[in-house]
Amino acid sequence: MLGFLKKPVVVTAGINMNLMALTVVGLISRLWGLSYPRAVVFDEVYYGQFVSLYMKRIFFVDDSGPPFGHMLLALGGYLGGFDGNFLWNRIGAEYSMNVPVWSLRLLPALAGALCVPLAYQILVELQFSHCAALGAALLILLENSLITQSRFMLLESILIFFILLAVLSYLKVYNLQKHSSFSGSWWFWLLLTGVACSCAVGVKYMGLFTYVLLLAIAGLHFWHMIGDQNFSNVSLMCHFLARGLALIILPMAMYLSFFYVHLTLLYRSGPHDQIMTSAFQASLEGGLARITQGQPLEVAYGSQITLRNVLGKPVQCWLHSHTNTYPIRYENGRGSSHQQQVTCYPFKDVNNWWIVKDPGMQQLVVSNPPRPVRHGHIVQLVHGITTRYLNTHDVAAPLSPHSQEVSCYIDYNISMPAQNLWRVEIVNRESDTDVWKTILSEVRFVHVNTSAVLKASGFFGASLPEWGYRQLEVVGEKLSKGYHQSMLWNVEEHRYGKSQEQNEREVELHSPTQMDISKNLSFMAKFMELQWKILTLKNEDTEHKYSSSALDWITMDTNIAYWLHPTSGAQIHLLGNVVTWASANVAALVYVCLSLWYLVRRRRKIYDIPEGAWQPWVAAGGICVGGWAVNYFPFFLMEKTLFLYHYLPALTFQILLIPVVLQHLSDHLCRSLLLKSMFSALTVAWFSSVYLVHCTFRPLTYGEPSLSVPELKDLRWKDSWNILLRKQ
Amino acid sequence: WDETHFGKMASYYINRTFFFDVHPPLGKMLIGLAGYVSGYDGTFPFEKPGDRYEQHSYVGMRGFCAFLGSCLVPFAYLTVLELSKSLPAALLTAFILIFDTGCITLSQYILLDPILLFFLMGAVLSVVKCNSCGDRPFSASWWFWLSLTGVNLAGAMGVKFVGLFVVLLVGLHTVYDLWDLLGSLSLSLVTFGKHLLARVLCLILLPLALYTAMFAVHFTVLNKSGPGDGFFSSAFQSRLIGNNLHNVSMPEHLAYGSVVTMKNLRMAGGYLHSHWHLYPEGIGARQQQVTAYLHKDLNNLWIIKKHDSDTADLSDPSSPVEFVRHGDIIRLEHKETSRNLHSHQHEAPLTKKHFQVTGYGINGTGDSNDFWRIEVVGRKAGKLIKVLRSQVRLTHVATGCILGSSGKTLPKWGWEQVEVTCTPYLKESPNSLWNFEDHINPKLPNISLDVLKPSFAEILLESHMVMIRGNSGLKPKDNEVTSKPWHWPINYQGLRFSGVNETDYRVYLLGNPVIWWLNLVTIGLYLLIAVSTAVTLKRGVQLTSELKELARVVLCGGGLIMLGWLLHYLPFFMMGRVLYFHHYFPAMLFSSMLTGITWDTLLKFCAGFLSPSATARKVYGGVFLALVLLILYSFYLFHPLSYGMIGPVASDPSSPMAGLRWMDSWEF
Repeated sequence: MLGFLKKPVVVTAGINMNLMALTVVGLISRLWGLSYPRAVVFDEVYYGQFVSLYMKRIFFVDDSGPPFGHMLLALGGYLGGFDGNFLWNRIGAEYSMNVPVWSLRLLPALAGALCVPLAYQILVELQFSHCAALGAALLILLENSLITQSRFMLLESILIFFILLAVLSYLKVYNLQKHSSFSGSWWFWLLLTGVACSCAVGVKYMGLFTYVLLLAIAGLHFWHMIGDQNFSNVSLMCHFLARGLALIILPMAMYLSFFYVHLTLLYRSGPHDQIMTSAFQASLEGGLARITQGQPLEVAYGSQITLRNVLGKPVQCWLHSHTNTYPIRYENGRGSSHQQQVTCYPFKDVNNWWIVKDPGMQQLVVSNPPRPVRHGHIVQLVHGITTRYLNTHDVAAPLSPHSQEVSCYIDYNISMPAQNLWRVEIVNRESDTDVWKTILSEVRFVHVNTSAVLKASGFFGASLPEWGYRQLEVVGEKLSKGYHQSMLWNVEEHRYGKSQEQNEREVELHSPTQMDISKNLSFMAKFMELQWKILTLKNEDTEHKYSSSALDWITMDTNIAYWLHPTSGAQIHLLGNVVTWASANVAALVYVCLSLWYLVRRRRKIYDIPEGAWQPWVAAGGICVGGWAVNYFPFFLMEKTLFLYHYLPALTFQILLIPVVLQHLSDHLCRSLLLKSMFSALTVAWFSSVYLVHCTFRPLTYGEPSLSVPELKDLRWKDSWNILLRKQ
Repeated sequence: WDETHFGKMASYYINRTFFFDVHPPLGKMLIGLAGYVSGYDGTFPFEKPGDRYEQHSYVGMRGFCAFLGSCLVPFAYLTVLELSKSLPAALLTAFILIFDTGCITLSQYILLDPILLFFLMGAVLSVVKCNSCGDRPFSASWWFWLSLTGVNLAGAMGVKFVGLFVVLLVGLHTVYDLWDLLGSLSLSLVTFGKHLLARVLCLILLPLALYTAMFAVHFTVLNKSGPGDGFFSSAFQSRLIGNNLHNVSMPEHLAYGSVVTMKNLRMAGGYLHSHWHLYPEGIGARQQQVTAYLHKDLNNLWIIKKHDSDTADLSDPSSPVEFVRHGDIIRLEHKETSRNLHSHQHEAPLTKKHFQVTGYGINGTGDSNDFWRIEVVGRKAGKLIKVLRSQVRLTHVATGCILGSSGKTLPKWGWEQVEVTCTPYLKESPNSLWNFEDHINPKLPNISLDVLKPSFAEILLESHMVMIRGNSGLKPKDNEVTSKPWHWPINYQGLRFSGVNETDYRVYLLGNPVIWWLNLVTIGLYLLIAVSTAVTLKRGVQLTSELKELARVVLCGGGLIMLGWLLHYLPFFMMGRVLYFHHYFPAMLFSSMLTGITWDTLLKFCAGFLSPSATARKVYGGVFLALVLLILYSFYLFHPLSYGMIGPVASDPSSPMAGLRWMDSWEF
């Protein structure tokens, strides 16, 4: 305490000019002319709509990933004063004046620029020379694809930034470990590792691969520490707990907080509401909440309800009936019961109202006090407008002949008795005496006579033909295997019926529901639901013109046209630096072969390189080759639409490997001075070719200057590249 | 249940008719052989589950499968005995397998699984045995077990592709073994080379040779045409007696007015097909569907016409025959529906980059989008087009795209046939090449053609491609509730083998829940023990020799088994195809062996703490006895599952299974 009285406080700052220079060059390369082109470029059209929705606070669900990346992009829009009013409908559309293009693109560009010094620092921490580190940084700097990707409102550059940050901070921790565990800076870097990891995962699920890799490396290092007798059991335990806290607990908490912010920001109902359950929708302002506010919670005998199918995919629909009957004979000659149709209808309609009736009583109003319906009770469901009873019987359903037809019973006075008793089974009940609750309860209706289950089957095939107005089929499923969501229903709109007379009741049904209480879900419930939806929601996998397979990426057999000037030939492509990609592949190959050779020789106790050089060599391989492999190979197993930009994180790791291999070759394999200088000369020549190629393709990276058709043709180095030529 | 599949296939072998199945042939061949030996004549139709066998002798085939299934018990016993050197552990494993209802049910019927499990366990046993001969390398027994491993691997691969996982297990183990040998400096490099060569010979070359031989037998036995022909190329079909391409005679050159079928040249490509159904709304233009279909069918027939005029009637004998030449512009009319093959700038249903292909026009009158230029690969203009031999490309005149098959399966509205598109990318690939297979033209003389007979390697490759296609085509349909891999270890849901109603004789494939849950718990227990053992060893704690031996058993023996379990279980999470409960049984075998080993070591370890050896032995024996009794009792409870239940379903209190439906998802 008070030490500064005895000794003056001295602040010494060392500035690494290399790092500074790299940062500046990186910023220039990424930020130059950032607001050009002033038009929607490629996937901006996709992310842009989410930014707009954030600005307007409208809820949405994006199945491509967690919300942190979108939020960062939206932050750019917020800082630039974007009001969200822009129609993101077409690639190449001109931005209107209210869109702050520069600030929207700033964050990805900054992240892309900072990757350059990060690459430098990573190689330094891996204990390679400053020369190698400089080389790595320059390679990243001159990589056309990384430049293109970071200059627009896209997420990859942010992802790569967080990945590299996580790797760098872990390396810092590992290097600090040797002399100053549990010091301030050690804690700082350890926590930063966890934060960067969670940010990477939060931007795109791809970040998970690197996170797992880092966890594995950390696990391996800790395993070595266990074997080290210098550590006492207690200090080992402390290390273990610190790591668990920083690398597992902290990222999980961060991840949750992303969702918390996301859900707090977006409180208005919007286009994706129907994907969510009614309970979730009710928590959003303006959507279902407006209707369901103030509904009675407990369904009672006499309640008027609409029943929504829980599956809700691909469309939501409600149990519906109308006065038309099933045709006596279908087109294929099978017969029907000719009773009133029951369907699942994807729109709100007065015909979606049903009344819950006690089989033992005649009345259709709620008694006072209301008698709630509980799990296991037998009920009848009366269609509100036609007052017919929901019925099913042993007649084949119109489209799914294996299941029973569901109808509203008309007494034709033929030998077909009414079978209209249904048992209410609350699936998500807590006890067997649970009350059937509006919105919250998911209910199965089991037919008492045949134990068939009411199911909306129309999602899976064609909709009903003309006679059924193309609505969705509803059947009684006899083989009720498990709990499929299409067999579950929940009450969405609900009110206690008051009118006994039919015409009064019709008026009552037409009037909107009102009154006021809100049903709030807890954050965890909302989070679980949203997370589940993000993971399971599957868009129709449409093939895209520029989609490619993972195998095309290594050789860069594919490109993506991002933007084309409406009149001139100026265009922007996602195209890598050919020399860099090829050398990165060669470097990976050389690394793997050399390592295998060393490993086999070491196993026979022949040591080719000194132990001091072996450790960094292995560490660099673990991170660079490992990082490349974990970010690349999983794509072979994925079934979604893949694009070239998915390869960029893997590529970044592979590029970092080039200087590692080069330095190793020059240090350990070039034994004579002559060889060494020849090798350096070759390296310089190779590097200039990287620069030359970078310059050649610069017009396609920055979109200016515009090129003429023959010039463009000259740039088409591979037949599979799709460079757009404007017809003269 | 699946007996209908495999029994039918055995019949095919006995009748020597060719068929197609997604699994390699060994298992079915063995069943067929067993049937043949036991006097089954291959006449039972195997049409639907539950049919009575009547007088057909099926017992041989069932007996064979059951025999192989019961071999699992001694195999598992020996393996565990070898790994743990402990009799109680081996006995516990054996008890588990004997009294598991699932294993019993699965091995009682004509299925591939008992055969697969037999080879799989055989491979594991021989690896373990070979390992214990490791101190006497190159001795006779070492060679015996090593080559037996190879044989079993070939067998496992030959029954189902799931056998690949055990190949992987053995491969990993061998690599580890070799790495160990490399590290011991007492061995010279030459000796190491010998080790390496021996393993390459026995574990790679030998299985490959056997595997190929198996296919050779398969192709020689099945030389008659049968239901699987359409899956294969024209060249392949010409091998089969009775196929219309065997010793075929048809007009050699293509002429206008001929009726033809066209087959796509990609592996397992179908015939160009059309039918009365239209593309549904929202998917391109609402015109008639054109697909590729793998079976022979009348709807595969097309008539070749000139683009500008309707060719004179075939029945008119006076009109001269005009041949189609390379580069001609033609029109293809579908024979059944009289619509023209048509394409336009709408996107195709699945491959959105391509154009849609439809059937268009009425009675052959259409528009200029019906014109196709016919070209033969590698020919000059004006040459005639040969049936079967010529590889033909059809270019759409108006848009310049090429007719091709994308190989993707259409959804339900397209009857799960294969998509046909017109691709604007002019890449040369078999997807966009076709050949003419049937050719009917009464005005031309039939000439006997012998198609180039394919070599054995080509047949082998082709049949594998077709099998892989078939396997990946087994996608779950949208509304099917399928079994998920996480259901399996917790015994969540079984598989109904036969019988639904109360009066039927019902068999339900479900593991003995007590055993399965014991297995599940044991896996967790094992992980705990293994991690703590590894940490203890790594910390350099000094152990007694007894404990060291236990640690070795846990880490090496248990590790191998655990790896086997992981390899046979985890990959299923990544599979897109339809999965069934019985896919877990290979993993379940490993899990049972692990249970034996783990409980044995755990009890020994606990008993080690009790100082007087008499008490220790008592506790040890007591717990063991309790486990065995528990297994026996649970078997007594659940045995009707596999030996058949008659009477009301379990929800009824008077049923023999009353009160045993511990989980709602069980359906007995």
